Amino acid sequence: MSRKGLNVKIGELETDVGFAKNLEFSIGKIVDRTWEEPMGPTPFPSLTSLRNWDMKLLQRYKPFYMPFCDLCCLCTYGKCDLTRNKRGACGINMQAQQSRTVLLAACIGTSTHVGHARHMLEHLIKKFGGDHPLDVGGLNVQVEAPTIRLVCGLRPKTLSDLEEVLDYAETQVTHLLSVVHTGMEGNNLDFESKVFHAGMIDHLGMEVADIAQVAAYGFPKADPDAPIVDLGYGTISTEKPVILVIGHNVVPSVGIIDYMKENGFDDKIEICGLCCTAHDITRYHNRAKVVGPISWQLRFIRSGVPDVVVLDEQCVRADSFEEAQAIKAPVIVASEKNCMGLPDRTNDPADEIVEDLVTGKIPGALILDPEKVGEVATKLALRVAPHRKKFKALPEAAEVLEKAKECTQCNACRRACPQDLLIPEAMKAATEGNLVKLEDLYAMCVGCGRCESSCPNGLKIHSFIVSAGENKMKDETYKLRVGRGAIQDIEIRNVGSPLVLGEIPGVVAFVGCANYPKGGADVAEMAMEFANRRYIVVTSGCAAMSLGMHKDEDGKSPYEKYTGEFAAGGIVNVGSCVANSHIAGAVIKIANIFAKRNLRGNYEEIADYVLNRVGAVGVAWGAYSQKAAAIGAGFWRLGVPVIVGPHGTKYRRMLLGRADREEDWYVYDARTGEKAYVGPTPEHLFQAAETKEEAMVMIGKFCMRPNDTSKGRAIKLTHYIDLHKRLYGIMPEDIHLFVRTITDIPVTMKDEIIKILEDKDWKETVIPDPTLLPRMIRKRKE
Amino acid sequence: MTNMATAEPWQTAEIAGPRKAMVITKPEVAAAMIKQAKRPILVVGHKAAEIKLKDKKMLIDYMIELAEKANAPIVATAHIVGEFVKRGHKPAGWMPAVDIGNRLADQDWCGLDGKGSYDLALFVGLPYYMEWTILSGLKNFAPNLKTITLDNSYQPNANWSFPNTDVKSWAECLTVIIEKIGGK
Repeated sequence: MSRKGLNVKIGELETDVGFAKNLEFSIGKIVDRTWEEPMGPTPFPSLTSLRNWDMKLLQRYKPFYMPFCDLCCLCTYGKCDLTRNKRGACGINMQAQQSRTVLLAACIGTSTHVGHARHMLEHLIKKFGGDHPLDVGGLNVQVEAPTIRLVCGLRPKTLSDLEEVLDYAETQVTHLLSVVHTGMEGNNLDFESKVFHAGMIDHLGMEVADIAQVAAYGFPKADPDAPIVDLGYGTISTEKPVILVIGHNVVPSVGIIDYMKENGFDDKIEICGLCCTAHDITRYHNRAKVVGPISWQLRFIRSGVPDVVVLDEQCVRADSFEEAQAIKAPVIVASEKNCMGLPDRTNDPADEIVEDLVTGKIPGALILDPEKVGEVATKLALRVAPHRKKFKALPEAAEVLEKAKECTQCNACRRACPQDLLIPEAMKAATEGNLVKLEDLYAMCVGCGRCESSCPNGLKIHSFIVSAGENKMKDETYKLRVGRGAIQDIEIRNVGSPLVLGEIPGVVAFVGCANYPKGGADVAEMAMEFANRRYIVVTSGCAAMSLGMHKDEDGKSPYEKYTGEFAAGGIVNVGSCVANSHIAGAVIKIANIFAKRNLRGNYEEIADYVLNRVGAVGVAWGAYSQKAAAIGAGFWRLGVPVIVGPHGTKYRRMLLGRADREEDWYVYDARTGEKAYVGPTPEHLFQAAETKEEAMVMIGKFCMRPNDTSKGRAIKLTHYIDLHKRLYGIMPEDIHLFVRTITDIPVTMKDEIIKILEDKDWKETVIPDPTLLPRMIRKRKE
Repeated sequence: MTNMATAEPWQTAEIAGPRKAMVITKPEVAAAMIKQAKRPILVVGHKAAEIKLKDKKMLIDYMIELAEKANAPIVATAHIVGEFVKRGHKPAGWMPAVDIGNRLADQDWCGLDGKGSYDLALFVGLPYYMEWTILSGLKNFAPNLKTITLDNSYQPNANWSFPNTDVKSWAECLTVIIEKIGGK
């Protein structure tokens, strides 16, 4: 029975007004009696329902804390110095404080997705009605909401059914955030367990947001052949008025597209986007274009191309309004979460707002009615564009060369740059008339603008880099396969067996933001490497854009070259951040559809299945945000390891296994109840890689699972060893930890590996039916 | 690079807490600490194979010399184990930087050779911010381990660090350290 519903069944009822027999009615929520799947043990889990599972994971994958700050400054006792695990005035020690901070970050991320989902759902119910069916893939997707089924034990059929999920999620986020308060948890592992809980709730929020928008807006529904659209600065037509949308919540952008279409302007105005709203406008309208990931915000606004800038929520630069003002582009802010200090004009007539913005009476406006945003943005673009073409904020080359002479080589820019780019050297070269070094920085610059903020002479260093790289920017003409949403049930059936047996070596998800250590090209390279190796590559968010910003020798981008099918060798763009839920969903559906495990309120069993059998790895190469932290946490609890780039160490702790501790790698054999050594598979739950080469070797290794058949393990070992030899220039030293029987050894490397095994005093082990859960043992040991 | 012999973090905002690294003002000091260490270990990141210090000599070449003179095992992080092998030096181990950090923070870890924990860890060649965070882990959770960074940028979370130093002076310092260790 659902959580809030009251179901009343009366055999016989005699009253003054009559007699009733077999009367049954429900209050609040109709009970889903058509779902035969039995309810599992943990529907709507509380903060502690899955604590035992979390502790199993945390025993194996212990946190290694790397404090990003030695102090706590959250209360008036502080600041407290926690260095070397000292205790603060409240009694907390450094370990607990670090995990407390991680929980805070995860709560921020989770509440962002849940809040996003709530705003989205409220709007869609108002517009389409609560009874609007949740069709996310027709007959191809019967398991429409795997995470909701798994966590809540609900099978939502309409938009209204999702409200109960959000009620629960909001309650959990409130409880979780309260745990961060002084005087709550004191134990670091209990904080960590709550981080996992926040992550799981985050996945619920993402799933609600995405399936609601897919169903209501008619985004591609689990379509492997979703349309191909334009990606890149060079694809934006500057001949037309240009509306730029930035953020994550597509509702106001849909208002713009609808108004443009209804009034015949959709081929007269260019609508393009940055960050995840860009994904979602292309899912709604295949003439819409993606400029690029989050890191393109400054450079694109400063290019002067946008005539109107529309901001919604999440990952929008806090100075985007000022940046837009510099190019005289009026700004509309369309989210109550991101008002930017602008006057609320929601209730004013559209034409009046347009007039005020065109005449400059106001530089921008807050408009909380998405339809009105559509009308104002469209009219505004048409009015403003002819007059403002093009107030570019980028200097010409001659100006860069001249201004560079003001550089004193003080190094402040380089020391402020997250990537430690050699900006002073490039500036010095510019003083000598050479812009090549500045141009070379373009591809690696993450567009944060800290170089400029730090410059004591006020030099617009980021603009110099972009100006020097302008030709590269104009050459950015790529293709992106629109986010397809869910993975079809039939696709899961087709790959379930080879994946679980290890014959498809793994699912690799390139996700997250764009704080890349050496530019976004690394993401494309890694993704293609694994697609070529016949892994299933999935992607979302800014990473999906970076992945597309590549061309082969024939001028084709990865989305044109590789299939969009969830199959070996595919590169599958699921969509925006909230579409990450389909990646988790695919993993969950493997357990359900292929292995016939019940989902309904059955979290622990499914996570145990995923950890031990599904060779999936997430790679968030440029993760920067609190949302990324929450998404990662959801995957950890589900048993999917996550690799981040070197900046990921700033998340303050990793969850690391110890391959050298044999005792950590035992599971139960569900057939016998015996304990079996399975090696470090997967070795870590959360790990940072220093270079892309290291990340690729990690991916190969982390896809191994205890359940791999010998054939599957041999295939996975082949990839791991091959990558290691190619990228590290040497055989891996830990092969003996992954070979269970002689038949696991790749045939082509047999002699070489057998020698290594002999040197390591290797002994054969069994391949168990692996589980960490005693209750899953079918026959208890006598 | 200017010669800034000040103890400021190289990345301006990477301010640590109250406990900050002592500045190595003379390479002889670092050499003496390395010589005194009973079980030193050298952790070398991928940038060692990218940074040219003098003529054609790379940072990795200096580190091989240093390790051999100090009789210290090298752990190569990222993908650069092959670069060592090419130069005729097989590192004692190779693993992700965070993994070696995690092991060094474990007081029960018996080292790469199983003979006991290390008393001195030398770090070099990691991305600045990554070394910063790993050294923070060790500062806070490895009380029995001393850390020295041999990079030319001040790492506040080490026990000892060079100040922000130009490449030429850095190469000279490393040369002096190697000479002074002189076959431990």
